[in-house]
Amino acid sequence: MTRESIEFDVVVVGGGPAGLAAAIRLRQLAQAQALDLSVCVLEKAAEIGAHVLSGAVMDPRALDELLPEWRHAGAPFDAPVADAHFLWLGASRSLCLPTALLPQCFHHDGGFVVSLGEVCRWLAQQAEAQGVEIFPGFAAIDVLFDADGAVAGVITGDAGRQADGSAGPNFQPGIEVRGRYTIFAEGCRGPLGKRLMAQYRLRDGVAPQTYGLGIKELWEVPAAQSHPGRVVHTCGWPLRADTYGGGFVYHQSGGRVAVGLVVGLGYRNPYLSPFEEFQRFKTHPALRGVLAGGRRVAFGAASVVSGGIGALPALAFPGGVLVGDEAGFLNPARSKGSHTAMKSGMLAAEAVVTAVQAGRHNDVLVEYPQAVCDSWLYRELWGVRNFKSWLDKGLFVGGALFGIEQKLFGASAPWTLSPCPADHLRLDKASDSAAIVYPKPDGVLSFDRASSVFLSNIRHDAQQPCHLRLKDPELPIRVNLAEYDAPEQRYCPAGVYEIRHEADGRAVLQINAQNCLHCKTCDIKDPSQNIEWTPPEGGDGPSYPAM
Amino acid sequence: MKILVPVKRVVDPCVAVRVKPDASGIDASGVRMSMNPFDEIAVEAAVRFREAGVAAEVVAVSCGVPASQEVLRTAMAIGADRGILVETANELSPLAVAKLLKAVCAEEKPDLVICGKQAVDDDANQTGQMLAALLGWPQATFASALDIVDGRVCVTRDLDDGREALRLPMPAVVTTELGLNEPRYATLPNIMKARKKPLRVVAPGELGGEPSVGVMTIEWAEPPVRRAGVRVESVTDLVDRLRAAKVL
Repeated sequence: MTRESIEFDVVVVGGGPAGLAAAIRLRQLAQAQALDLSVCVLEKAAEIGAHVLSGAVMDPRALDELLPEWRHAGAPFDAPVADAHFLWLGASRSLCLPTALLPQCFHHDGGFVVSLGEVCRWLAQQAEAQGVEIFPGFAAIDVLFDADGAVAGVITGDAGRQADGSAGPNFQPGIEVRGRYTIFAEGCRGPLGKRLMAQYRLRDGVAPQTYGLGIKELWEVPAAQSHPGRVVHTCGWPLRADTYGGGFVYHQSGGRVAVGLVVGLGYRNPYLSPFEEFQRFKTHPALRGVLAGGRRVAFGAASVVSGGIGALPALAFPGGVLVGDEAGFLNPARSKGSHTAMKSGMLAAEAVVTAVQAGRHNDVLVEYPQAVCDSWLYRELWGVRNFKSWLDKGLFVGGALFGIEQKLFGASAPWTLSPCPADHLRLDKASDSAAIVYPKPDGVLSFDRASSVFLSNIRHDAQQPCHLRLKDPELPIRVNLAEYDAPEQRYCPAGVYEIRHEADGRAVLQINAQNCLHCKTCDIKDPSQNIEWTPPEGGDGPSYPAM
Repeated sequence: MKILVPVKRVVDPCVAVRVKPDASGIDASGVRMSMNPFDEIAVEAAVRFREAGVAAEVVAVSCGVPASQEVLRTAMAIGADRGILVETANELSPLAVAKLLKAVCAEEKPDLVICGKQAVDDDANQTGQMLAALLGWPQATFASALDIVDGRVCVTRDLDDGREALRLPMPAVVTTELGLNEPRYATLPNIMKARKKPLRVVAPGELGGEPSVGVMTIEWAEPPVRRAGVRVESVTDLVDRLRAAKVL
């Protein structure tokens, strides 16, 4: 089939912090060097920021380098970190760990409590002012290769297909968006990134990537309970000591509080439900005091990379690069990834401009991985390389040993621990696991999935092919239900997967794809890797106002 | 022949809105905005006339804040030829919008105005009718089919008890019903082209002055929260509960 084709010098896939920082840097350098360089950003959400979900406490280091005048340019950073606390939670009590005991990477000095979605909207304005063409509502669904096997751009999704795959009355085929270089910035577990890693064997010789599922709500709380700039991290309850993860409570300006829980997807018990753990988390006395009398205004979920530097794939391949969480630049010890995402985007942009000036195109940008190795980004991640592996030894032992390592050696510890196995391999059989009984939602602090998903302003055109694809349609029943009691019913925070029993008693997996929050947990955690998350029609999905 | 299509920027219909704590309005911070869906149908109808060679030009017009330029760009991505923004930060009642549109019509002299039948944010369903009255033009509301034959506008309206077929001389005002058409997807190349199409921003003053506010919104409130239901065990249980609630 011949598709319409448009051409840019650089195609950026994904309008998050990494993609937007790359686009801004590209145009800044082009203008400074009077270079004619067209840059486009494709974003699957209906508008920039609508699929962005993060805590977030942001370290402005990369932003200082990208837009030094940001403090005077209306950037949405009105809550500098005022006080930070680290709590260990028991079932009904809490213990505040003294700051002096915590390694430097747990400090938040100079950071800002922000909505990363708002930050991205602001970055998009800066990018457009620099001449970047941003196209929200267009998902890149496939990679375009040239005759030599190099990436030549991407293909955008079709619009107006019917559920059976046939073209509907308003059908619009996707188009080719071609570029001399393509910067992939889809975020955590991007579907094109996954394909590229397989195609170019970018993960050979590196540790498997590991992930967490972050579930977050935004609350408006009474003025007396709002302390803009307060940052609280928690460990312990409701998660067991052998499950990686932790909670956060970030006080934004305007009486808003972001509360969330990240559950490591390497958990073993198939009965664990991250959604219900999060709902339970909010009923702890330490959180009740913050949220009581308040009102929940938004809900969402997203996966986060946690593999650190050991899980970074090769970053460059013919015609393209991986940046941000697409590659896995998040610093898991600091629970911060937007500054590293932006920095990686900027370094990729610098490599692209160097290459374009030399008349190159669609080749390997060897300058980019080299620049990463020479930057603070690499040093920061190297310093905490053992974090996830230590924590894999349990919260108390591992947490203490990581703390001691950091206090004694900082980045120069003479060892590197062996990495964690991939998350999908770690699930125990249901027969070996204890069922978990979660409390019913109280409708005040804790809620059910349906009312939560409603607050994510979700929209999917129901008349389209299911974007959650099963490689083997029988496997969910034959293996997942039989051996793991269908864990997808519990790990999906949006209730997309349901086991239904037909009149004849036969079990079937029903996929409510229109509820999908695009968190990609199913793609990560399915024990047989049978579920493939693909982008639905451009513009579909949640619409987060300020997450 | 020239067609004018008024378009409004509204909170996206997929977004769950909330009233601000001080009851002064909807909390629209960070909330996704888009073109009123009925207006999108109106743009599609107009563009189809131009593509069929019936109309020579389609002009989209919006009244409101600078960000309303986005919905004009969307209209131009669907196929409108140019856009006009009557820029004002004031709260605009349907009558105020109709007066501004009348002034735009005086300048543009369209043969046909196609409006959405109502905006999904305030559901007023007044602007098209008021505009027709102010201009003294014939009007046909809630068009579920629309054609132009021998220089006349033919409109079908679906009523509860049947269909009504109308024929109007031009210039005229038509408002669109949901079933009139299904608007096309704006393609990426057309969005790029739309960014280069002419968009004129005018102040109400240039059109004869800002219309008076007329209606003022005093307070906003959310509907009461629906109380949780209970599952009854039997018919007698149901009857007992209805008696206890003094319904029976």
